[in-house]
Formats: sequence, structure tokens, C-alpha cells
Amino acid sequence: MLTQTRSSFNFHGRSFLAFVLTPSAPLHEWLLELDDRAAQTSDFFASRPLIVDLSKIELTKLELNSFLLQLQTRNFRLISVEGVDPSWLAPALEPLPGGKNTPYPSQESSRAEHAEKATEIQSLTLATPLRSGQSIYFPNGDVSISGSVASGAEIVCGGSVHVYGSLRGRAIAGSANNTTARIFCRKFEAELIVIGGFLKSSDSFDPDLYGKPVQAWLEENTIMLKIME
Amino acid sequence: MSEKKNAKIVVVTSGKGGVGKTTSTAALGAALAQEGQSVAVVDFDIGLRNLDLMMGAERRVIFDLINVIQGNANLSQALIKDKRLENLYLLPASQTRDKNALTEKGVLQVMEQLRSRFDWVICDSPAGIERGAVLAMKHADIAVIIANPEISSVRDSDRIIGLLDSKTERAKKGQEVEKHLLITRYDTVRAGTGEMLAIDDVSEVLSIPLLGIIPESREVLSASNLGVPVPISNPASLPAKAYVEAARRLCGEDIEVTLPVSKKKLFANWFGGRAA
Repeated sequence: MLTQTRSSFNFHGRSFLAFVLTPSAPLHEWLLELDDRAAQTSDFFASRPLIVDLSKIELTKLELNSFLLQLQTRNFRLISVEGVDPSWLAPALEPLPGGKNTPYPSQESSRAEHAEKATEIQSLTLATPLRSGQSIYFPNGDVSISGSVASGAEIVCGGSVHVYGSLRGRAIAGSANNTTARIFCRKFEAELIVIGGFLKSSDSFDPDLYGKPVQAWLEENTIMLKIME
Repeated sequence: MSEKKNAKIVVVTSGKGGVGKTTSTAALGAALAQEGQSVAVVDFDIGLRNLDLMMGAERRVIFDLINVIQGNANLSQALIKDKRLENLYLLPASQTRDKNALTEKGVLQVMEQLRSRFDWVICDSPAGIERGAVLAMKHADIAVIIANPEISSVRDSDRIIGLLDSKTERAKKGQEVEKHLLITRYDTVRAGTGEMLAIDDVSEVLSIPLLGIIPESREVLSASNLGVPVPISNPASLPAKAYVEAARRLCGEDIEVTLPVSKKKLFANWFGGRAA
């Protein structure tokens, strides 16, 4: 028996991005490929929720179980399985209602969206410095920072990065394969820069650029850097 | 301590260990008490307490912060009155427990009680960015960030400033924690040879106002070993003066920050003395 009655119950929502894997036959080859991919990006899959969509292949209940076991041994956080008879699945793995696919990043679609959403705010402006350990994720457009980006801090954005202080951390521009994005900073001391998926680390920076106002852009899949006059 | 006060809660923090947090907590506490302020210094380094040693009170610890949080002792029983300055008190950490014994609710209650009894409450944070450090900064109005003039210390301090802007009660209310940079272990001899980062570079990276520069000195070491904060043990020494000025700046006085340079130190070098 409850001795106390609560007047209200506190709860709030939280959303996660889950990866949907769509295996193709033969499954054992697909698993090898997956292992290969996971080895290249060591902890990419480790902590992310996964959904497996099996609608493209035909499986018996036995085959399904052995496949799920295979995934389990790889320490994936499987949250649901789609495209098979739900009665074959443990209740915890039944398809989740709702959820929608994130769009595939491509030049065409992002341009089209740009045109549609022209009235929406497409930039983020920060008036405080970005401290070591802090990370900004802004997939919708440009990020401007009036202070510095510290060593160990990170900006990830879909558009261009503008830093009016020193850029000492990492700047990742054009995160959704936007190859026209650029990086601008007043004092260039970066650890790493990435534009449209192409990266350049501090080892390969020309020492003359250090501490200078610098602009970076992508030209034929190579990051170009230039001192801004 | 009969009238109700409204203390400023200061956290002394750095991220990195061994930069001088505990020494600075003791010295700033002593310097503020010398100015006539009532001060409690609180050790948050549960399990690795040192502030009691710096204050020379290690043999007088009976109850500690964890006892107060768990209700085994009241605050008055746990506070240790300094033998040299009558308005200086120490709330020691527990040496036998770990930081998991600190609860959010318990820390809040102790802080509220201290706030109403003192002018200044100075919390000595443990190193790191884990639970202990976060709880030490949680209720702070002011943060004194200790950094040595070297890159790892500066980056760790930068990380801590980020936490101060996100994990404190003030940050949660949309207010800002007042932040000050105290550079410690500044070696005038090594500064001349370019072995240390320049003060300007440290200030530029961290972009918070400079509270003071404390020279690396034998006075600080021997004061720690004796268990006497340096403003009490040798008020005429350079580090003592630097701490006293820093304390006065904390109180709002406008004093220019100068590089601590000792003429004696130069002579000491000439005569083969060891200038630490």
C-alpha cells in the first residue's frame, strides 16, 4: 500500500540517433565486411544503439537466432530487429513504433532543402570562448565564435566555421559532405581541420601559418590553406 | 559569530594535481583572515586530505566534512579554530572515506550553514574533473583557478573553466561564476631562460582576469612543511606578499599585478645559494 501519494510525476524525453543496418545475403560475408568496417573506426559502433532491418533477406527462425547471436558477440547495442516475424523475437527486440530516417547527405538534397528552409536560422553564434573538452555540434549551418577555441575543444558543423579568436582545437566544417564549406580563423594554431570529410592534421600544416589569420577550403579533395591579408 | 552572515563561497580549483591548490587555499584563507574577515577553509579532497597539514591542524581533527554530512557531528564540532588567527577555521576532509560519501544534498546543507556563519568559505577542490571536483565547485560564487606556467596545467585549467560554466548552481540559474586566474610556481629564473610559458600567453589562452602571480619559493615549501600558511610564517616574503595582494584583489581592491622579482634571489645565485 502506498503511504504517500505523489502529486506529480516527473519525466522528460530524450532522443538518440540509432543506426539502421540493412544486411544483405550471404550473411556471413556481410558480417566479415561489418567487422572490417568496425575495425577501421574502432569505437564507432561501440556505444551507439543499433537497429537491424532484415526485410531484404529471407531467414528461417534458426538462421535469425544464430545471426543475432553473432551480433551479440560483437558487443553491439541492438535495440530492435525489423523485417522479420515479430513472434520470433524476444520482446525486447520487437520493432519500435515511430522513428524516422535521417536523410542521406548529398549535395542535391541539401541544396534543395536550403531553398525550402531559407527562412530558418542557418547559423550559430557564440560570444564565449569554447573551452577544452567542450564540443559544438551544429549540422544546420555556419558557426561563428567571437572568442577562441581551446586545445581539446571541437566544433562540428554543416557549414563554415568562423573563429574570431585563436583556433587551437579541432574544426570540422561541412560535416554532411558539404565540400564548399570553409574554415576561417584570426589565429591559426589548430590541432585538426576537416572539410567535407577530408582532413588535415597539425603534422602537415605549414609552420609559417602558425598564429596567422588563415582560411581553409577544399580544392579537388585536398585542403588548401592560405594566410588572409 | 552570532550575527547571520552571507559568505562568498570560493572554490580553488585547477584540474591538474600538484599545481598548488591546497597551498593557495591555506594562504588565501590566512591572508583574508589577517584582513579581519572571518574565513572557513574546507577540504573537499576526501580520502587524500592535505589541507589539515598545511594549516598545521592534522593532530586536532576529530570530526570531518563527511561526519557532518552524515549527521554524526554538527558543524561546530567539526570546525577547527586556527591557533594563530582567531577568525580562521578549517573544516577537514575525511581520510578514511572516499568521494562517494559526498552527497549533493549533504554538501548543499553544509554550504548553507557555512554561508550563514562566515564572510568567506574557501573550498579546496580535489584534482580531476570527477564527482569530488564537481561537488567542490557546485555552490561557488567565485572560482580561483590555479595554473602553473606550463601547457598541461593551462589546458586542464581551461577544461575546468568549461565545467564552471556548465556544472555549477550559478550556471544552472543562468548566472556566471566570477573567475580569477592565480598563477603559481612562477620561477623568475626559468622565466628568463624561456623555459616557462609567458604570463601573457597563459592569460590569453584562459581569458579570465589575473588575480596574482605567486613565485616558486623555498618559503612556500618550508611553510607547508611547518604547517603554517606562508602569510603567517613569513609575511615579508615575496610569496606571502603576493598572496596577501591576491586576497585583497578578491575583496575588490584595485591593485596592479606585478611580476614577483627578488633582488635577493640574484645575489643568491651569485653566491652559489640555491634559489628554489
